[in-house]
Amino acid sequence: MAEKNLVSFQLKVEDFLPATDAEKQSLTQMRPGVSFWKDAMRRMKKNKVAMISLCVILIIMIFSFILPSYYPYHYGQQIQGSEYLGPMTYSPQEQVRIDAGEKVFPHILGTDNLGRDYAVRVMVGSRISLSVGLIAAGIILVIGSIYGAVSGFFGGWVDLIMMRIVDIIYTVPDILLIVLISFALKDPMQTLAEKPGFAWIQTIGVNLISIFLVFALLYWVGMARIVRSQVLTLKQNEYVTAARALGAGSGRIIRKHLLTNSIGTLIVMTTLQIPSAIFTESFLSFLGLGVAIPLPSLGSLASDALNGLNTYPYLLLAPALLISLIILSFNLFGDGLRDAFDPKMKS
Amino acid sequence: MKNNKLVEVQHLKQYFPVKSDKMFEKKVVKAVDDVSFYINKGETLGLVGESGCGKTTTGRTLLRLHEPTGGKIIYDGKDITHVKMLPYRRKMQIVFQDPYASLDPRMTVGDIVGEAIDIHHLAANARERRERIVELLSLVGLNTEHANRYPHEFSGGQRQRVGIARALAVNPEFIVCDEPISALDVSIQAQVVNMFEELQERMGLTYLFIAHNLSVVKHISNRIGVMYLGKLVELADSYELTFNSVHPYTRSLISAIPIADPKVSRGTNRIVLEGDVPSPVNPPSGCHFRTRCAYADERCAAEEPEWREVSSGHFAACHHLEKVQ
Amino acid sequence: MKEYLVDIRNERLSFFTPAGEVKALNDVSLHVREGEVLGIVGESGSGKSVTSYSLMGLTAHPGRLVGGDLYFNGHYINEMSEREMQKIRGNEVSIIFQDPMTSLNPVFTIGNQIREVILLHTNKTRKEANDRARELLQLVGINEPDKRLKQYPHELSGGMRQRVMIAIALACEPKLLIADEPTTALDVTIQAQILELMRDLKEKLGMSIILITHDLGVVAGMCDHIAVMYAGKVVEYGTTDEIFYQPSHEYTKGLLRSIPNLNEREHKRLVPIEGLPVDMLNPPAGCPFAPRCRSCMKICLSSMPNYTQVSDHHSSACWLLDKEKFERQAEGQA
Repeated sequence: MAEKNLVSFQLKVEDFLPATDAEKQSLTQMRPGVSFWKDAMRRMKKNKVAMISLCVILIIMIFSFILPSYYPYHYGQQIQGSEYLGPMTYSPQEQVRIDAGEKVFPHILGTDNLGRDYAVRVMVGSRISLSVGLIAAGIILVIGSIYGAVSGFFGGWVDLIMMRIVDIIYTVPDILLIVLISFALKDPMQTLAEKPGFAWIQTIGVNLISIFLVFALLYWVGMARIVRSQVLTLKQNEYVTAARALGAGSGRIIRKHLLTNSIGTLIVMTTLQIPSAIFTESFLSFLGLGVAIPLPSLGSLASDALNGLNTYPYLLLAPALLISLIILSFNLFGDGLRDAFDPKMKS
Repeated sequence: MKNNKLVEVQHLKQYFPVKSDKMFEKKVVKAVDDVSFYINKGETLGLVGESGCGKTTTGRTLLRLHEPTGGKIIYDGKDITHVKMLPYRRKMQIVFQDPYASLDPRMTVGDIVGEAIDIHHLAANARERRERIVELLSLVGLNTEHANRYPHEFSGGQRQRVGIARALAVNPEFIVCDEPISALDVSIQAQVVNMFEELQERMGLTYLFIAHNLSVVKHISNRIGVMYLGKLVELADSYELTFNSVHPYTRSLISAIPIADPKVSRGTNRIVLEGDVPSPVNPPSGCHFRTRCAYADERCAAEEPEWREVSSGHFAACHHLEKVQ
Repeated sequence: MKEYLVDIRNERLSFFTPAGEVKALNDVSLHVREGEVLGIVGESGSGKSVTSYSLMGLTAHPGRLVGGDLYFNGHYINEMSEREMQKIRGNEVSIIFQDPMTSLNPVFTIGNQIREVILLHTNKTRKEANDRARELLQLVGINEPDKRLKQYPHELSGGMRQRVMIAIALACEPKLLIADEPTTALDVTIQAQILELMRDLKEKLGMSIILITHDLGVVAGMCDHIAVMYAGKVVEYGTTDEIFYQPSHEYTKGLLRSIPNLNEREHKRLVPIEGLPVDMLNPPAGCPFAPRCRSCMKICLSSMPNYTQVSDHHSSACWLLDKEKFERQAEGQA
């Protein structure tokens, strides 16, 4: 190998002094830590569609949960003479009051057949739908992940039996079960509602309780299957053997090692369950099997709006649009989360 | 030699079921087939062999990470083959081969090392726990600031140190080192080997050191056992095995190792074995090594050789020991 | 230039990743003569595989040649198109990889895969290619070749698969065989067989070999010349005897001190190389080995050392050698 000539470079005696440990250390600093979450958040931020969906979700949340408290109208408040008002119009009685100098808050989306301000009904309806979606998704997450993790972890006979139960549950028709349960529970719930402290049963309605019950009984199976397959893969990892060698029991291994490492999947699946649950609830409310009157839900609002569709189309437009928006934004956000957590995308 | 046995296995068997083509036929792979040895307190027993020999399975079965199909495991005089292992998990630990797979990627290094402390309630409060973790990390050459980082931020050698710190957290007496340096760069291997030796001196540990690299095993072990297809074929003191081995397999294994010395390399007459390692599902009858052995005859096919003491402390299983010598 | 089969001069290659530029090769120069075996020794991150892949135009995205000249068998690799490269791959230069399981296609028979390369580069008919395939299997020591030709990779053992890889590599009688850690995934006794086979084939066919490995024992027995690489740079280059018996660079010396020798009669503590491998995203400004070097001087941290010729075939990149020269000069003037 030929030597290079040092032309513009003078060597001095000091250059050849030994380097101190400190000088050597300064060259081997560890890069600042990047945790799994930071990495995922970074990827999320790059995904414009997901970020926009997140903003939409936040706006809808504010719209549904915070705004109604500050709104001058109540969802159950029936204003005589203000039936079927178009958006931003006033009834004759209200017109009189305005002329008298009183400030009357406009009906931004008009009113419905009973003179109730539609805007606030849509807001509260959306709140109910979202709550149902979130609670249902929560129930599915808890039951499904525990069931799937236990089945996947123990394997053998336990797994076999548990999964056959799941197969059977898959075959049960959900709508039928909801109808049957609501029917069966109607009377017992009525008697229960009359006891002190259980008045909320009346407000929510037997139907909604049945819906939650059926979610808890049937809808978690999809999550269970996915968690089980995750656990089956993860338990092959050597760090699980290492935990066993340390003396960790099954509960600890499932909690700390298997479920923690599935968190990406769990979050994504739960986020995608929300629109599915909302859709089911809307659909059931549309059929009359959902919330009890006067509580609105987006589905029941849509159902009521069908009656006067030709004359008052705006009554259907608002709830339908909102359902679509909620479902779309949750789905897009869930997709974005899945991409952000997907280890295959790591370079 | 003092009779100071800490760990002993007698006629240990580990058979794994294997899918068979025919219905109702139970096929097994005899991963560990009647293996017996003991390890004295403070000593390092090396276990070498090639893929499929069963050395890793032996190490894991010894810790009851697989339940043995047969035989006995004796720890400090007590038969622990069928007892509840939790108290023994504090005395017997393991360091794994793959530093990438053996650490939970979602836990910080501190939590990984502290997991054993949590399981066995070795610290009275959070402060004590933290102190113990820092102490363990410094034992293996890592600092306090490393405790909050995740495994993927470290190099292979550093991760292996975390694995060692984790094993030391319970203050064990005996550690199974399952190929702990095979996955590391050459320049890091020496660091980790030295660390094992220093820790052994400092803490009076006993090791079962499993590896396929005979040079490293010879360096760190007092005695070495050689396995082939689930059986122990030779066991002797390290020096004795390296220079006076008697079993044909051991000899070819030693001769196959490339020496980092060109003149020696050129001068060596290698014993090059013909053929491949047979499948452990269908090992040859009689002596498993006979299909590749230069000295094999009908007796080797018919009869399994006996485990005999050839000279003091030197054992081997072969029908033709005199010929080999 | 014509005296060398392979002539790599001042190669610079970087990978442009989202995290930053990884300077995989930082001024690498190597050469191989016809019929010679060059060993490239290094650890992970040293750039040993990257160098050979770049010679075959197989650099993975996002890697790119940033500087230097690559000559092989009269071709100027820098300016060759993909089509031109395809003509010489498998034909004038072949490569065998570390893991035979993943380098063979699991859905095609062995025969099919050997015939593929023959049919690609020659005008032989299918029958002629099959005959040649049979010949090759015998050459690499696989018995019952007709049976083997019809088998799939998963039906063969690791050692046999590696032999098949060698057969495929030799099908068109290349002038250069690149062996990238060919025996690392194999058992020791099988490794001995494969190395023996490679030695025999080299004698028989007179081809050159670039043997890439981290195992000093393997290069000791196989190679004529050795290039020691660290963090994208060739730190020492010389004949096998010179590298093992008169190592000049601290890294080479450190490696030799840190491996246990089976033939040692007494137990000597290993002397490890302290410190950690280089972070390739943030390499030091000067000599990449400086932070781990026992004899590190101030200049080592700030400037890259030049190559000093230690003897005809032996060179090393280390400031210690410049220091000696500097001191001799100073004495001369005094």
